[in-house]
Amino acid sequence: MEAGREQSVLTVAGVEALFAALRDRGYRVVGPTVRDQAIVYDDIAAVDDLPRGWTDEQDGGHYRLNRRDDDALFGYVVGPHSWKKFLHPPRQRLWSAKREDGETRVTADVTEPPRFAFIGVRACELNAIAIQDRVFLGGPFADPHYQARREDAFFVAVNCGQAGGTCFCASMKTGPKAEAGFDLALTEMLEGGESRFLVEVGSDEGRDVLAALPREPATAADEATAIGIVARTTASMGRAMPEGDIRELLLENLEHPRWDDVAERCLTCGNCTMVCPTCFCTSVEDTSDLTGTETSRERRWDSCFTMDFSYIHGGSVRSSAKARYRQWMTHKLATWFDQFGTSGCVGCGRCVTWCPVGIDITEEVRAIQGGD
Amino acid sequence: MAEAHKPRLAVWKFASCDGCQLSLLDCEDELLAVADAIDIAYFMEATRGHISGRYDLSLVEGSITTAHAAERIREVRRISDVVITIGACATAGGIQALRNFADVKEYASIVYARPDYISTLATSTAIADHIRVEFELRGCPINKRQLVEVVSAYLAKRKPVTPAHSVCVECKLRGTVCVMVAHGTPCLGPVTHAGCGALCPAYDRGCYGCFGPMETPNAPALSDWLSRLGMDDRSISRVYSTFNTDAEPFREEKERHGR
Repeated sequence: MEAGREQSVLTVAGVEALFAALRDRGYRVVGPTVRDQAIVYDDIAAVDDLPRGWTDEQDGGHYRLNRRDDDALFGYVVGPHSWKKFLHPPRQRLWSAKREDGETRVTADVTEPPRFAFIGVRACELNAIAIQDRVFLGGPFADPHYQARREDAFFVAVNCGQAGGTCFCASMKTGPKAEAGFDLALTEMLEGGESRFLVEVGSDEGRDVLAALPREPATAADEATAIGIVARTTASMGRAMPEGDIRELLLENLEHPRWDDVAERCLTCGNCTMVCPTCFCTSVEDTSDLTGTETSRERRWDSCFTMDFSYIHGGSVRSSAKARYRQWMTHKLATWFDQFGTSGCVGCGRCVTWCPVGIDITEEVRAIQGGD
Repeated sequence: MAEAHKPRLAVWKFASCDGCQLSLLDCEDELLAVADAIDIAYFMEATRGHISGRYDLSLVEGSITTAHAAERIREVRRISDVVITIGACATAGGIQALRNFADVKEYASIVYARPDYISTLATSTAIADHIRVEFELRGCPINKRQLVEVVSAYLAKRKPVTPAHSVCVECKLRGTVCVMVAHGTPCLGPVTHAGCGALCPAYDRGCYGCFGPMETPNAPALSDWLSRLGMDDRSISRVYSTFNTDAEPFREEKERHGR
């Protein structure tokens, strides 16, 4: 049986039942919710915790939360957080050690992570997780911390009903429709102020969860509506990555004057890398206590925009803002292909929105392409 | 059997408000461990007891504002193996460095009933402008966790973990929503040295730059954006005219936008 073909329809009460069913199965349910005038990802208990009736307005260096004129549950795009904060947390203790009676004992961090159920995961984000899977799980060495958090997670995807001002997934071919990597995928259909959700099944676990929910079969009209919603979103992207071989373009223009231009504007603050759902770099920090008997090693998010990041004996390799911005962008859009087989960008637009001075990765590529 | 040598600590005060020394006293949970690990030989804010001689570690708070202080800091250097400066006064001259851009006589005449009693230099300068220092801990005031970290690192003979990147990194690590992007609140976080744990943005306020310039600040680019948010030159100049006003990148930016 082809997983994608079984479609049914849930009401808002059905989504509520979905949250309860996931909790009953032992999942920690996390999803979008309003906090500090933004839509962030956090623990949610019920549909009421979702940003119902809210939307976001996004542009370079600009984000505002606005009221919608309906009660849509998922009427916004992606915010300042990404699922990375759960799967690849900002700080992760690796081990600790204690010296007692002349003996040193090392203890690995063995805290068992929660089983997450992620609600409202967008297509770009599923693609980002697939990219981090290749980074952390591909190759001969799997990262055990990421693996433990990743392998039992449940994904409820949402096909985007609108595109944001900095979205460009359509040009990266990573959305707006979730194609793979989910257990269930919802498309929110608003009719007469009432939300109904077309549900697509993506896994056996998803099928089991759905089976216990109050639902009705999808009609041909429902399916046509959902297809129309995604098509409309595709057509209204706020940004687009220029077409062509970006990898070749960047690698052939490593001395393009545009790098100096962007370096004038870049704050080297690291925000773009922190909000990027695929950026994975970390640093390790060793700390010891005052008595010198206990020590621990922690891994924390780092950024190729910091001086420490490229510090080797004698100094930092990439000391100029130009070198650091170029490193980030050429890795993301070019050498990522050589390293992991795909682009490192999924077109979510976070680096554009959350850059404090609105530097736009698509615009920088366009400038280099245009020979400016 | 000989007792293990406990390093001797001295805490020195120059022109300052004492807030950074207070951070050390504020280390309630760690204070006993500190006292166990080191001999607090000179710390006027904590004790009248005073052991003279040489000190293994000197923590220096405050800036140099008088000829007498300029002499005294050389003496501190002479009797200390390691000198660590703590706080914005000691590392950048502090808020009192505003005098560096004004006529100190005029200031004194406004502040003091008998300005003729005041003997002061025309400038307030960082400790490192006068003597060699081993390490500078930023902040107005310093963060007590960072102070414990620096002392622990000194005792373990390792490098302290006090990253010089932006406050933005700290906001992102704790999941704080960017106040500038999401609320339009002017914020110095992108040009400011980490260390406070991104305190102000977590309470919905912009960063005031208490920890001074980060490792590679691009203040002109940030100022362009602040003016787009509606700040005029005078306001921009003022945000750089606080506790770290004489730190070079902040001073240059302040001057670029007039007085």
